[in-house]
Amino acid sequence: MHFSIQNILFLLVAVAGFGLFAWQVRKIQANILVGRDRDMSGNVNERLSKTLLVAFGQQKMFKRLTPAILHLIVYVGFIVINIEVIEILIDGLFGTHRVLQFLGPLYSALTGTNEILGALVIVAVAAFWWRRNVKGVRRFSGPEMRAWSKLDANVILYVEVILMAALFTMNAADLKLHQVEGRTLPGAFPISSLLTGIFPDNTTALEVLERIGWWAHIVGILLFLNYLPSSKHFHIIMAFPNVYYSRLVPQGQFSNVESITHEVKAMMDPSYEVPAPAVGPDGSAAAPTPFGAKDVDDLAWTNLLNAYSCTECGRCTSVCPANLTGKLLSPRKIIMDTRDRMEEKYNSPLIFNPNLYGKEAKHDTQEQLDAENHTLLRGYVTPEELWACTTCNACVEACPVNINPLESIVEMRRFLVLEESAAPNSLNVMFSNIENNGAPWAFSPSDRFNWADDLYVADKATTPLAG
Amino acid sequence: MADLAAKGETPEVLFWVGCAGAFDDRYKRVTRAFVRILEHVGVNYAVLGMEESCTGDPAKRAGNEFLFQMQAMQNITTLNGYGIKKVVTACPHCFNTIKNEYPALGGEYEVIHHSTFLQQLINEGKVKAEGGESFKGRRITFHDSCYLGRANNIYEAPRAVLEVLDADLLEMKRCKTNGLCCGAGGAQMWKEPEPGKKDINIERAEEALATLDGNADVLLNLQGVESTAPVLPAGSNRNGSVIAVACPFCMTMMADGVKNKERESDVQVFDLAELIASAEGLNA
Repeated sequence: MHFSIQNILFLLVAVAGFGLFAWQVRKIQANILVGRDRDMSGNVNERLSKTLLVAFGQQKMFKRLTPAILHLIVYVGFIVINIEVIEILIDGLFGTHRVLQFLGPLYSALTGTNEILGALVIVAVAAFWWRRNVKGVRRFSGPEMRAWSKLDANVILYVEVILMAALFTMNAADLKLHQVEGRTLPGAFPISSLLTGIFPDNTTALEVLERIGWWAHIVGILLFLNYLPSSKHFHIIMAFPNVYYSRLVPQGQFSNVESITHEVKAMMDPSYEVPAPAVGPDGSAAAPTPFGAKDVDDLAWTNLLNAYSCTECGRCTSVCPANLTGKLLSPRKIIMDTRDRMEEKYNSPLIFNPNLYGKEAKHDTQEQLDAENHTLLRGYVTPEELWACTTCNACVEACPVNINPLESIVEMRRFLVLEESAAPNSLNVMFSNIENNGAPWAFSPSDRFNWADDLYVADKATTPLAG
Repeated sequence: MADLAAKGETPEVLFWVGCAGAFDDRYKRVTRAFVRILEHVGVNYAVLGMEESCTGDPAKRAGNEFLFQMQAMQNITTLNGYGIKKVVTACPHCFNTIKNEYPALGGEYEVIHHSTFLQQLINEGKVKAEGGESFKGRRITFHDSCYLGRANNIYEAPRAVLEVLDADLLEMKRCKTNGLCCGAGGAQMWKEPEPGKKDINIERAEEALATLDGNADVLLNLQGVESTAPVLPAGSNRNGSVIAVACPFCMTMMADGVKNKERESDVQVFDLAELIASAEGLNA
């Protein structure tokens, strides 16, 4: 152990890094909790196995093989290389050097795996960069993929390369230092041993390089950690709770609004007692909640959790039938808008605010509204987008982390219809047909059984199946 | 149903016809085909007739929760009043709503889509798809309904039903969980689409036609095995290729798409029940 001023400095850096991160997470937690209550307790086993399969196991990523393999490399690299961070933390705090070396052969396996994964991560990141910036995979563009989203995606890739480079600098310098001094370095270094040739023979220079690599790796990780809450890369944390709290019911099952159930029951049965409205902590009646969602606080907290789990990969939008055929709707935009609006209205992030960077309008049709009406609906999401949805669940099926854009879309439609009576006119016609005739078309209910009249008469000769 | 109740009887299964099944001229033929199958196998069934009302599905998807619940409560009162336990329907939208959304409002039934019902009849040997029209040498592709597939995870039943037909079955590129919507769900059926490049049903019809013509990138049969179906030259007699559907909305949208492509002379859109009734010789 060589305890020195370095260790005190490291303690300060680590406390500041983790402390700042905790502070940011608290802000995001507060943002998510502005959403409406929804009981997601219970079904622990089913939820855990889903998390294991979808989040840990990357199950839904494998709908597209190339990105799935590239992503798997970076993901496994992230997990395995972070075991090394444990060593760095102990070394940094207590002045030890490669404290885990007592593991012997296991340590060699660990460092060896780290090095190979580190190299693979660099290759995967290069491929990702190429797909994004040269090949131009279609789903990485779109009106919601604004300057910040494009920059953010590349920053993440650059940072990952820098972190890996720091790792290799640290290992290769340490290895060379040991070689020059005629000692053996515990562990296996399949990649760094190839790099020692380009390092100097001077021991002081090697010591400095090793320290630079070491500090760059850990400080880089701490900076990156604090960048996450402002970035789509936050999904590496939020994907897990998001999958855990995803819906377990059939995708076609929409929620039944409970307050409406009470009203309808009271209408049909005058003796039905509607439960008393919720009372605030001071005994006064709480403000009535609107039907559906106009702003982020009208959505359920799970919908807001969705927004912080989104990686902006665009798989939802690329399978959306409305988007595919050129309509304005993009499920990814709905989710990204939700996050932007939360951060505009409540806690804005945090270290720096992505909303302030490149604030271009996402759609020309977006409405410019006064402060009161500048809400998620209309301020960010236009009715035209919402009405284009066929509720086909393709976006829900496609999301690798079980985000449900459809739920948010339907909640906003509910607000348009029930609070603003702002449905397209043809839908209003359909509503009144159902009300008056019990069918969405203008047919008389007395004709409902007419199909049976000619069951065995007229139809006999009229169904020629042959072409 | 009222007649049956007057006699103090409860049917084994209630056939929920749905608004399209009752009013849409094209889909009435599906209703009749399914009824013929029910009678052919001797199932003890009933329909509500004029007592049936819209399930409320289009209202709910469009955001009109109030209207939906009014419809739901009314229908639940009717069904519970007759002591209905088991419901079968040819409409995936009615199926989804009654199965998933009615229980929380007091309507708990065993709800079966007609594709599953037909599969059961086939498994039990009650329907053999023999003695009627032969589909030998004809191509059939199946268009998944979102409210059957993704919404309720029913992918195999309609395919199992088609497999009893002696036909060349082809799978579209976008199928099962990746299936493409016909464009009518979520109340789109009752409004003009928002402005865009293309209508969704045209996109889907093009895909179905390419598959039937053998022009798709990969041509698989329904078991996922690569098909040997050759590319058919344009204008050649396709001998009555079929786009099979299991939903009234899909039926309308796909038929419109085929018409838009001026292919209605050689490609027809049929519901599973029609195909089975025809193969079983129940149409004449």
